[in-house]
Amino acid sequence: MTADTTEPLMSFEDAIATFDPVMGLEVHVELNTLTKMFCGCPTEFGAPPNTQVCPVCLGLPGALPVVNEKAVESAIRIGLALGCSIADWSRFARKNYFYPDMPKDFQTSQYDEPIAFNGALEILVETDDGPRPVTVGIERAHMEEDTGKILHVGGATGRIHGADYSLIDYNRAGVPLIEIVTKPIEVEPALAPSVARAYVTELRELIVALGVSDAHMHQGSMRVDANLSLKPRGRTEFGTRTETKNVNSIRSVERAVRFEIQRQAAVLQSGGTIIQETRHFHENDGSTTSGRVKEEAEDYRYFPEPDLTPVAPDAEWIEALRSTLPEPPLQRRARLREEWGISEHDMQSLINAGALELVEQTVALGADSADARKWWTGEISRISNERGLDVAELPITPSDVNRIIVLTSEGSLNDKLARQVIEGVLAGEGGPDEVVLARGLAIVSDDGALLEAVDAALAAQPDIAAKIRDGKVQAAGAIVGAVMKATAGKADAGRVRELILERVGAPPS
Amino acid sequence: MSDLTLLGAAETAALVARGDVSAHEVTARHLDRIEQTDEAIHAFLHVDRGLALAQADEVDRARAEGAVLGPLAGVPLALKDVFTMQGAPTTCGSKILEGWHPPYDATVVERLKAGGVVVLGKTNMDEFAMGSSTENSAYGVTRNPWNLNRIPGGSSGGSSAAVAARQAPLAIGTDTGGSIRQPAAVTGIVGVKPTYGGVSRYGLVAFSSSLDQGGPFARSVLDAALLHEVIAGHDRRDATSIEAPVPRVVAAARGELGGVSGMKVGVVSQLQGEGYQSGVQARFDETVELLTGLGAEVIEVSCPSFEYALPAYYLIAPSECSSNLARFDGMRYGLRAGDDGEHGVEQVMSMTRAQGFGPEVKRRIMLGTYALSAGYYDAYYGQAQKVRTLIRRDFDAAYKKVDVLISPTTPTVAFLIGERADDPIAMYKADLATLPSSLYGGPAMSLPAGLGDDDLPVGVQLMAAVQRDEQVYRVGAVLEAALQERWGGALLDRIPELAMGGVA
Amino acid sequence: MPALDRDDVAHLARLSRLQLTDSELDHYGEQLDVILGAVARVAEVAAENVPPTTHAVPVVNVVRPDVIVPCLSREDVLAAAPAAEDDRFRVPRILDEEEQ
Repeated sequence: MTADTTEPLMSFEDAIATFDPVMGLEVHVELNTLTKMFCGCPTEFGAPPNTQVCPVCLGLPGALPVVNEKAVESAIRIGLALGCSIADWSRFARKNYFYPDMPKDFQTSQYDEPIAFNGALEILVETDDGPRPVTVGIERAHMEEDTGKILHVGGATGRIHGADYSLIDYNRAGVPLIEIVTKPIEVEPALAPSVARAYVTELRELIVALGVSDAHMHQGSMRVDANLSLKPRGRTEFGTRTETKNVNSIRSVERAVRFEIQRQAAVLQSGGTIIQETRHFHENDGSTTSGRVKEEAEDYRYFPEPDLTPVAPDAEWIEALRSTLPEPPLQRRARLREEWGISEHDMQSLINAGALELVEQTVALGADSADARKWWTGEISRISNERGLDVAELPITPSDVNRIIVLTSEGSLNDKLARQVIEGVLAGEGGPDEVVLARGLAIVSDDGALLEAVDAALAAQPDIAAKIRDGKVQAAGAIVGAVMKATAGKADAGRVRELILERVGAPPS
Repeated sequence: MSDLTLLGAAETAALVARGDVSAHEVTARHLDRIEQTDEAIHAFLHVDRGLALAQADEVDRARAEGAVLGPLAGVPLALKDVFTMQGAPTTCGSKILEGWHPPYDATVVERLKAGGVVVLGKTNMDEFAMGSSTENSAYGVTRNPWNLNRIPGGSSGGSSAAVAARQAPLAIGTDTGGSIRQPAAVTGIVGVKPTYGGVSRYGLVAFSSSLDQGGPFARSVLDAALLHEVIAGHDRRDATSIEAPVPRVVAAARGELGGVSGMKVGVVSQLQGEGYQSGVQARFDETVELLTGLGAEVIEVSCPSFEYALPAYYLIAPSECSSNLARFDGMRYGLRAGDDGEHGVEQVMSMTRAQGFGPEVKRRIMLGTYALSAGYYDAYYGQAQKVRTLIRRDFDAAYKKVDVLISPTTPTVAFLIGERADDPIAMYKADLATLPSSLYGGPAMSLPAGLGDDDLPVGVQLMAAVQRDEQVYRVGAVLEAALQERWGGALLDRIPELAMGGVA
Repeated sequence: MPALDRDDVAHLARLSRLQLTDSELDHYGEQLDVILGAVARVAEVAAENVPPTTHAVPVVNVVRPDVIVPCLSREDVLAAAPAAEDDRFRVPRILDEEEQ
């Protein structure tokens, strides 16, 4: 569905020449605990609707919450990894509002007493002058619970507008969420969209390295809301901000920020005012549109949750958790750069492709890092760009890529065939071996079969044989090409060349 | 066998354990009593004869197989309709939950069942526990067995009336601001609010989460203690439940922890005098004198912050309830109104709640919403929680000087049905004496102190420090014995013969 | 203490999803005014340095282990649903964009 209205946009260059953007990124991470935040229901994704529900997460009268110990642990580890202070005493609070996906019509969250606060994440942003370090301040990280899932029925697009009614599955209600909120991010205006993207990328790597979530944006286990406001160059007071939701991939974060900068600039330049509102991001054209504007700002009437006790982690426990933290991202990056012997630039490409973790996992399975990088940042990245997806969203795994690398180094595949195997895996035809078998992609290694093809090709181009005998060995290339074509690319080019030269009786090279 | 409904719980349990009478017989007689009297009293909203007898039969079967029975096995009980119980509806006295059958048992119910206690049915209450007269029930009023034109108290009026009318020797109610103690006082029986956290709230439909507490009604202090021990104790499903062992209330009620001689009893200056009916004050003064006669040292204690208990309570409770009752939106269970294809979800929610909630509930929801709203939180809810701290400090200071505190339970005897229905503030004043200990969280008992105006029951309230529930039972038992000696029997013996099928 | 006018009460009714008629708004408004008058007294208490009490018996760190406990059956979950379709709760048209 495209945007409902076409709002005027200023060019990005003009926008950043006139205004300074201020960003705030709110990221919700769905934890991978076995059970929900306040009850013992399983959290496994994909179960049949309403089969992972109990009196507590359904909000039945009389039900009471009890905090999941593992969720607290994960929250603290996330806070520590983000350099936050861990509150020695924090509380849950009720955020009161009505919505059908909320069983209690309040969300148990944290308000003015979050478990972690005041941290920072160091990121590297790609600029024309090379990677530049940027520090993104972290305001807080707190615990809360997820809502049920709504399906809108009727209406053209399965979205709210025009739907006749809705169907709700409460399996997801109560799944633990950690909300991470940045401090206002003010950077060189031209870099704002990249900084947003780099932050989300880094944060995701960190979350995955911590092992607290699989952080798949396309599956909703990591969600980003992008807040943006503009201030005229030289001014200090912040402008009115908008919040853009439904940003479902890392690349969308960058696009959403960019679009809002352009849109808000156009509004302000024409003398208009920005409406404080929630906006919806559209994947297909990178635009944002207005959500329904409310008559009055929502009053959540926060108060401390009386059914739960405060969380007061002792210092010993916090230190013990600190020792379980993975390497800080920049440190890990520097180490891998050295291990793999690659340049900053190459490392940045890996990161921009969202492939660092995937490469690392492939190498962990035994692959050479150069091979792993070649495939992930080469063919696979190309395909992901074509499809407008993040690399991590493609249905191909490090195990698949490692297998392809193994098959290639064994000589069963060449690069061309390998690309076809990748295509097959992405199409859901199975793992690499299955695709090779089903599509008949193995390299012909039987010399007998190759010789047949060589002889046929030589016979078809007799003058080439003469040239080769005369010493113009390069001429063999045409025969190699013909044999490759005849074997549908399933020959090993090097072996073919050897056979041609043998056949022709040329002097060994 | 003479009238089984005249017996107390301990006695009944003993007879059943010895095999002198079957649990089936006991339950059947009480079901008959309900049938004879409940048209007049309307204590029950739901009675399931088959289910009750099946529970009783289970006890008889266990006994026959030689199992060791719990101390209250085979004793019938009336359960306030605010607890979830499978196989029966739970309405909370509201239309919004009409016909709702919960898919799970409250912890209290699990413990009653495990103890072999026979739940006869669910009793009437003020809607969502908001009220002091049971007039706020959407299913009609319950009448005081002492005088059918009078309120039985609230919000646990049905439970209290059931015990006073001998429809069951035991009942369970809930007390948030006085909703067990005040009905007990105006119906002439014993009612106890345990220390907050002493009885699990899992399955207790929440009104005010930081104040709600389930507790026993009975016709004697010992019976109340026996029931207290069955239902109390830590529950992992309730994060606010106390982990410490249940206070030794049965031992205390049996006098095993000592008598009152040498104990210090505090009379709270703020909880008597002006606003208290002369009969209530007189019975209270006599009770205090009696305690002195029994060897207790009585001291006057001043708790100035108690003056603010009513306003603090009527900010805290509505605030919490406005949030607790938000879930009743017509989406997942209960009433749904206005879903005719013309109305969107917001309207359906609003119409459902408008239709399903009564006036008092709506008032408190709006009051609570106001007290929590942006800009008002600090002055109202925030300030009320500070007053709560001051009240706690007054109690802490008092309990350094005395072992228990004593006051009249409620300022008046049972008022007439309809008398305060249009005057919310007058209604709220019924809780003046019970509110402070609710806000503090300590245990409190009401026991009969005699008759007051219009020959209606007066209750006296004993209060103790947090987690010292045994203290109120200790003093209560001694006081009860002394008073009953003075009266030549229980106060309830004097209940008039009413037009309740001719049986008093 | 300012009195509540009809708009104030309408706002409260909207926030708490209670559909009230105009005369109900007036009626409740009067009653709320009286009650608020009585409860506003809490402001008289000097309590600047007094911490609030939220729990009667102060306890911290009550948690449960991350262990699966049996859920309700889907039949039980949907049993009381006013409307259900495709194993889900069916609810009327939602106009407001609020979901996660």
